[in-house]
Amino acid sequence: MSAIPETSMPTAPVTARTSRLSRERIRSAWLFLAPMLIVLAGVALYPLYRTIWFSFTDASLDLLGEARFIGWRNYLEYVDYGNGDGEWFGLLADPRWWRSVWNTVWFALVSVSLETAFGLVIALVLHKKFPGRVWVQAAVLIPWAIPTIVSARMWAWMLHDQFGIVNDMLQRLGLIDAPVAWTASPETAMIAVIMVDVWKTTPFMALLILAGLQMVPKDMYEAARLDGVPPIRLFRKVTLPLIMPALLVAIVFRALDALRVFDIVYVMTPNTDATRTMSVYARENLFDFDRFAYGSAASTLLFFIIALITIGFIYATRMNLEGDER
Amino acid sequence: MASVELKNVCKSFGSVEVLRDVNLSLEGGEFVVFVGPSGCGKSTLLRLIAGLEDITDGELMIDGERMNDVLPAKRGISMVFQSYALYPHMTVFENMAFGLEQAKLSPDEIKARIAQAADMLQISEYMERKPRQLSGGQRQRVAIGRAITRQPRVFLFDEPLSNLDAALRVDTRLEIAALHKRLADTTMIYVTHDQVEAMTLADRIVVLNAGNVEQVGTPLELYANPASQFVAGFIGSPRMNFIGGEVAAGHGAATFGIRPEHVDLSRDKGLWKGTVRLTEALGSDTFAHVDTETAGMVNVRLAGAERIGEGETVFLTPQTEAVHLFDDAGWPVRKAKAA
Ligand SMILES: Nc1ncnc2c1ncn2[C@@H]1O[C@H](COP(=O)(O)OP(=O)(O)OP(=O)(O)O)[C@@H](O)[C@H]1O
Ligand SMILES: [Mg+2]
Repeated sequence: MSAIPETSMPTAPVTARTSRLSRERIRSAWLFLAPMLIVLAGVALYPLYRTIWFSFTDASLDLLGEARFIGWRNYLEYVDYGNGDGEWFGLLADPRWWRSVWNTVWFALVSVSLETAFGLVIALVLHKKFPGRVWVQAAVLIPWAIPTIVSARMWAWMLHDQFGIVNDMLQRLGLIDAPVAWTASPETAMIAVIMVDVWKTTPFMALLILAGLQMVPKDMYEAARLDGVPPIRLFRKVTLPLIMPALLVAIVFRALDALRVFDIVYVMTPNTDATRTMSVYARENLFDFDRFAYGSAASTLLFFIIALITIGFIYATRMNLEGDER
Repeated sequence: MASVELKNVCKSFGSVEVLRDVNLSLEGGEFVVFVGPSGCGKSTLLRLIAGLEDITDGELMIDGERMNDVLPAKRGISMVFQSYALYPHMTVFENMAFGLEQAKLSPDEIKARIAQAADMLQISEYMERKPRQLSGGQRQRVAIGRAITRQPRVFLFDEPLSNLDAALRVDTRLEIAALHKRLADTTMIYVTHDQVEAMTLADRIVVLNAGNVEQVGTPLELYANPASQFVAGFIGSPRMNFIGGEVAAGHGAATFGIRPEHVDLSRDKGLWKGTVRLTEALGSDTFAHVDTETAGMVNVRLAGAERIGEGETVFLTPQTEAVHLFDDAGWPVRKAKAA
């Protein structure tokens, strides 16, 4: 993950006083890193560069080669109508874009929060010894093991307004009077998408948190038992601070994923303003609307927004990350 | 002054029996050391007393009160763990205060207790540091300090010195001895597999072997009158020489035991003739490993200044009154009269 600051990199300046041995070590460090850096440059850096470049051109899908530089016009442009009137155009002036930014952030915020909360509870349960624990652990992972497209499709059917099992069950229980168009109605579409994402990704979160829990030395709990610390206080004062680093890493992972969300939304609720995320917006423009350059601009902004949020999150929690290391 | 009593205490993990019918009676204010080889059940016994493990069978009494079903926090005990078990995310002060806050003591009382313990252990300067900013010895003192502040009736130590280097171990050992003097009312139970620690610290030693109590006694009792060959071999450094064959048979025993410090060495006459194979000079003493014709390899202690060359022929004579005889089961045979 490129977002985590690297501390083990040979960052010390090479001065005349650096010994030959450490120069050797720095050289071999670069030698070992080189293949990875080259591959990374090829598969990540170059596409990123191309995307950013296209966002400053008038490229379209079938005329990629003839793209001309047009500056910031894809992002923002004021068109003067000549009669003292004019209008703003471009991505930054597009309410649909801002709606999808908001959708994405809202989706990420709610789904990652819920996944963290549920993941924590499940991890705490799985951390206790009980008969058949291994089986439960395996069972919990199933939603995560199903490909997203499959589970999104599956849930789309289950949530179907006329034939879906969810409506049927809720009606039989008397909780709703009439069938709800879960994925189609703007009020419930986002809820449905978030619910499926939580269902699917909580196991992943639980697993990462469980790994963190298993790192906590057993004698910590024994010392607390001798002190007579009740469970809730033990969790707040001992367990939580000790798993915080693992928890934060898990949250960053999930947040990165959630901010790029595409497949669930695309399969379950295509073409709805209520759930259109940044990725879906970019794809629409890139391929459906034949506005390749405009889509590239959206992708570029998507990249910087994710980078900013991630860096902001890491910066905000830096104190914790350092304060809790052992 | 809290007495600790164990009556027929047994402990099993599943089908594995780790402790068998342990009977012990510790007086209040006593410093008792559990020793024994690795895996003999020392830690388990300590953890039973602490309440970290359930007692499978038998009774545990502290101050005459049955403790089997009392929560660890209510037993009036404190424990110092081998790994220190300090909370890594809390400062030294918070580590010490955590349990006291739980016990609903007033902030002033907590501060006073911590200050007193910190003073006693000279850790006052580190109160705002995290454990990872301390050396091993300092962490150890914090762990002891944390245990002291609870003002326990019984103080439990599980190999508290095993993570320290040799010099620090000696210093900390002396500090623990001083601590025991200062807290004369507190019963202390100390687990170690280091018999030097046991000999120097203990009022009484409990020797454990494979889940059984082999012998209980003062250090010198165990040294002079070991109740079994196991104890004889375990207490004393370097180990007692165990000689079988003819020599033992001559005394009507299966094993003839004699400590290195109880063998006289002479260059011209003695009971066993042999050749010096190896010498270890420690400064204060020298130990000579002598290959004898009748008794096999025998380790002998010489006073510091004495020098002896490897390959020299020498004669050894065991001091009669210091001989220990054991039968094939390892139980003592009555002392032989003359050699
Ligand atoms: N939780 C457990 N489950 C099963 N067996 C255990 C458990 N704890 C300890 N034992 C077993 O009990 C025996 C005694 O263990 P214990 O930890 O008391 O030994 P010890 O005397 O403290 O050894 P050491 O000097 O190595 O610390 C060992 O054989 C060990 O394998
Ligand atoms: Mg142990």
